[in-house]
Amino acid sequence: MIETLAERVNGNAWLTHRGRFVNTTFLLGIGPETWLVRIAEGHVAEVRKGPFIMPRWTFALRAPREAWEEFWSPAPPPGSNDLVALLKTRRLAIEGDMHPFMANLFYFKFVLASLRRSA
Amino acid sequence: MSAPRFEPVTGRYLHLDLLGKPHRLYVEEAGEGVPLLCLHTAGSDGRQFRAILNDPEIAARFRVIAFDLPWHGKSSPPAGWHEALEYRLTSRDYTDIVLGVARALGLDRPVAMGCSIGGRIVLHLALEHPEAFRAVIGLQAGAHVDPYYDTQWLHRPDVHGEVAAAVVSGLIGPSASDADRWETLWHYMQGGPGIFKGDLHFYKIDGDIRDRLGGIDTARCPVHLLTGEYDYSCTPQDTLDAAARIPGAQATIMPGMGHFPMSEDPEGFLVHLRPVLSQILAAEGDPR
Repeated sequence: MIETLAERVNGNAWLTHRGRFVNTTFLLGIGPETWLVRIAEGHVAEVRKGPFIMPRWTFALRAPREAWEEFWSPAPPPGSNDLVALLKTRRLAIEGDMHPFMANLFYFKFVLASLRRSA
Repeated sequence: MSAPRFEPVTGRYLHLDLLGKPHRLYVEEAGEGVPLLCLHTAGSDGRQFRAILNDPEIAARFRVIAFDLPWHGKSSPPAGWHEALEYRLTSRDYTDIVLGVARALGLDRPVAMGCSIGGRIVLHLALEHPEAFRAVIGLQAGAHVDPYYDTQWLHRPDVHGEVAAAVVSGLIGPSASDADRWETLWHYMQGGPGIFKGDLHFYKIDGDIRDRLGGIDTARCPVHLLTGEYDYSCTPQDTLDAAARIPGAQATIMPGMGHFPMSEDPEGFLVHLRPVLSQILAAEGDPR
C-alpha cells in the first residue's frame, strides 16, 4: 500500500499546494518494516523500502503495524483516527528533528491519511 | 430588496476591570430567562457557541451569553500586553475572570457551561463558588490531562500559528460536517501567538483538580458532564472517572462527537444538551 503514496499525494493538488515549501526525507516505521519517503516541494519524490544499512532521514514516525492498520481503516475508531491520537495513546513515536513535521503538521497528517482505505 | 438576514444574536463590548487591569471584552448574547454563561475552549473564542445562541427553543428559556476570554477572539489583551514574556492562564485568574464577567453583567446565579478548559474551570467553580451558580455543565470535562506532546511547538516564530489548528484537528469526531469541522479549525487558526499554549498551562498543569473533586457538593451546585466519544484529550473515560468521584454528578457520552461538540456538530450536540437544560430548570422549580 505504501507504494501508492506518491500517486495518492501527487494527484491531490490541494495537498501538494499546502506542502509546496516542504523538502525533507522521513522514515516511516510500520512495525519492524521501514520506508524512506522523500518529499520535494510537497510532492512524494521517492519511496524506498528498507531494511537500510545507513539510512538518512530528518524525522521518523514509528508505530506498531496494528496501530497503522487502524489508522488507515475506513472508519478509524476513537484513539486511532489521527496521528496525534496515536501519540496520545502512546503508540506513535516521533524521533529526530521534528521541525519540518510540526511546521507542516496539517500537510503530514493528510499525507499519512491519504493511505486510508475507502469504505 | 429583501430585509437583511441578521441572526438574533447581539454582540457588544464590555468594559470592566479584571485581574487589576481595565479590559475590553467581546460579549455575545441571545434569548431571555435563566442566564447561561458559555466558556469556550483553549485558544478559541465564543463563536463556538453560535448554534446555542441561535437556537429558538433555548432562547425562549435562557439568556445565552458567550464572551471571548481576554486575549481571545475580539477581546483585547490588557494594555501593556507586549511587555509580558508569555501569556499563561491560571486557575485563579480564570476563576476571577468568570466571576468578574458574571458580576459586571449582573447575572443572578447563572448556569456555567464550559468546554475543555471551560469544562475544567466549571468544576473549580462548582467546588469553590457553588453559591454563585445554579448548575454547571462541563463539556469534555475531566480532572486532569497528562501532556502528550511538547507544547513549545505551539509558540515559536519559525512555526506558523496554524499549528494550533493542526494539533487539534483530530479531536473532531466523524459526525462533524465539513463546514462545521473547518469553521471550528478556523477559530484555532485565528488565535493570537502563544494563546493556545498559555491556555494549556491551565489545562495540563495548573488546573489539575484530581484531589479535590470529592469536595464538590452537587446538592448546592448540580454538575452535568457531556463528552464526545472521539475526544482523546479529555477521553470519555476521563469524564466517567471524574463523574464517579463527584457524588451526584451526571455524565453522558455523545457518540460520534469529539472535543468541540457545540461547534463541530451543533445539531447533534443540541439533542444531548436540551434535556440537561430542562433538568436544570426543573430542579429549580422553574416550569419553563
